[in-house]
Amino acid sequence: MENKVKVCVENLNVHYGEKQALFDVCMDINQNEITALIGPSGCGKSTFLRCLNRMNDVIDICKVEGSIKIDGQNIYDKDIQVEKLRERVGMVFQKPNPFPKSIFENVAYGPRIHGLAKDKTELEEIVHTSLKKAAIFDEVKDRLDETGTSLSGGQQQRLCIARAISVNPDVILMDEPCSALDPIATAKIEALMEDLKKEYTIIIVTHSMQQAARVSKKTGFFHLGNLIEVNDTETIFSTPANDKTLDYVTGRFG
Amino acid sequence: MGLITFFLLVLFAITSFYLGYFRSNRARVIEKQRPFSLDKYYGYYLAIWSVVPTVIILFAILIFDGFIVKNYVLSEFYSQGIDQSEISLLFTQIENTRNGIKLFNSEDEIIVNAVNKLNYIEGIFDITSIITVFSVSSLFLLYGYRKINLNFDARLIVEKFILIGFFLCSLIAILVTVGIIFSLLYETVRFFSQVPILDFLFGTNWSPQRAFVRDAADAADIENAFGAVPLFSGTFLIAFIAMCVSIPVGLLTAIYMSEYAKSSVRNTAKPIIEILAGIPTVVYGFFAVITIAPFIRSLGGSIGLDVSSESALAAGLVMGIMIIPFVSSLSDDVISSVPQSLREGSYAMGATKSETIKKVIIPAALPGIIGSFLLAVSRAIGETMIVVMAAGLVANLTANPLEASTTITTQIVVILIGDQEFDSPKTMSAFALGLTLFVMTLILNFIALRVVKKYTEKYE
Repeated sequence: MENKVKVCVENLNVHYGEKQALFDVCMDINQNEITALIGPSGCGKSTFLRCLNRMNDVIDICKVEGSIKIDGQNIYDKDIQVEKLRERVGMVFQKPNPFPKSIFENVAYGPRIHGLAKDKTELEEIVHTSLKKAAIFDEVKDRLDETGTSLSGGQQQRLCIARAISVNPDVILMDEPCSALDPIATAKIEALMEDLKKEYTIIIVTHSMQQAARVSKKTGFFHLGNLIEVNDTETIFSTPANDKTLDYVTGRFG
Repeated sequence: MGLITFFLLVLFAITSFYLGYFRSNRARVIEKQRPFSLDKYYGYYLAIWSVVPTVIILFAILIFDGFIVKNYVLSEFYSQGIDQSEISLLFTQIENTRNGIKLFNSEDEIIVNAVNKLNYIEGIFDITSIITVFSVSSLFLLYGYRKINLNFDARLIVEKFILIGFFLCSLIAILVTVGIIFSLLYETVRFFSQVPILDFLFGTNWSPQRAFVRDAADAADIENAFGAVPLFSGTFLIAFIAMCVSIPVGLLTAIYMSEYAKSSVRNTAKPIIEILAGIPTVVYGFFAVITIAPFIRSLGGSIGLDVSSESALAAGLVMGIMIIPFVSSLSDDVISSVPQSLREGSYAMGATKSETIKKVIIPAALPGIIGSFLLAVSRAIGETMIVVMAAGLVANLTANPLEASTTITTQIVVILIGDQEFDSPKTMSAFALGLTLFVMTLILNFIALRVVKKYTEKYE
């Protein structure tokens, strides 16, 4: 059974100054699924991901054309408030980047700035739930007032995931979330993603093809700014339609 | 003479270097052996062996030769049984005559003879000493040359020697600091033997000129003339006013420069702001006296306040302006060095730019920002010239910034300009003030380090 389409990208072109980074990308991303984006370095997959919550707005020379619709609404419309968009589309980065605050404050940051909690008890409730969902609560429940940077790399990344889901987004973007982690921490994050997809739509950029194969339902292959092929993960890794995809997934180039 | 010695020394060093260099090179080329180190290290090694003992011996001669020559010339007078003090007077005359200073009895035959003798002896002494020194050094050189064999690591020894040089350089800074403390301490202890330390620290009346009155009736006054509390209060008042200006302006400038300004604006504006730090403080003093003080005075007059023409406010305001670049420049650097990943993390949560700055960037940069504040405070406390010119010299115990006030540094200046007896309590009080200032800055730095360390542990 196919899930309904959550994100619909049409004719997306992205320029960094003179250089074009993405060419006419069209892609549908389904709700409550994990979609993986693979491809060699510099192929535009991270740029694509950062378009989905308009993180590229920060970069002056970056120009985005085309449309990205989330739940049917174009996020590049003029009347879209970028802060509200980012509340709905959370992001986890390649390198864990907890704020230099306590573990509690890290997770409470989003609810506070969006005014999601009426009082202290509600805020605590949100923080605890988010930490539980990110499967880190048991490890940190006795030291919520210690600084987030004192945790190990894997714990920090799960803290960042807890931070991302604290504002209850629809979509979570993950930009190589496991590339700075060891295999055990990676396994934990992957198991977590499996849990999270019941509630959220997850889009993950990864350099590890095994990871893409393990966690994702669908996989998109980017090359030199073009989306070469997008299909069910099994198809991409066994019988891809495009030769370049086959070369890449079998390790012959990239 | 000194020039010749110097050239000889350089020549000697170069010769030694090439002796060592070619010794090693010959082994490499002719004897087909491979020395342990590169050729040049054998050169340096020999140069060190020849130059270092030479320099040491030359220094020893420099210290003792005047003494030896003097005694030799004067030995004649000693044998005539002339009084010690007269002999030293004679020697001064001899020296003066020799240097061409004509005095009333410079034509005296004894003295002319002595001058000739002195010149003669010194000439001989110089030549013999140079010859001796360089022959002794040649022995060292020879010893070093003999010691060279190709299985020992010249590089190791040369580097060890250079390391000693580094160590001596760092030692100089430490020794100078210790020396300053001791010279202050010595005079301060003498001061406190005349004025009780508690009167100094807690007395509220500062009028050191009264200490000059030396008759019995006023003797009691000496003890009451050195109450430094008005100076402390003046220092803190002016520093406080300065910080009230520089902290908000500096910090907001830093935030604008690092977070909001376009790089073109930043690249132009930042150097201009930093020019403020390069303006001589005397010029700031002019500015305070000629522009700010009359302005405050007329402004105060228009709303019915009585402002004195020299006021703590004028000095503090101008000092604050002077310190702005200290706060803004350092804070700017610290804020800019907050990792971009933290900014992105905050934006990705849907935070606005101002929320990101307030809740993530400033807290992360806090240790550095506090560091810049404390640096500015110690700058404000140590600043002298602006206060001398703009705030007046009257030690006035007041918290009113519109009145004249004075600071510790200003009083030190006031006390030490002009002719002074160096044993009067007035003069020595300057050293006590200096030590107090030193201790205050030390405590401030100590607190600064503690604060920064505490926040660094929390935020890294």
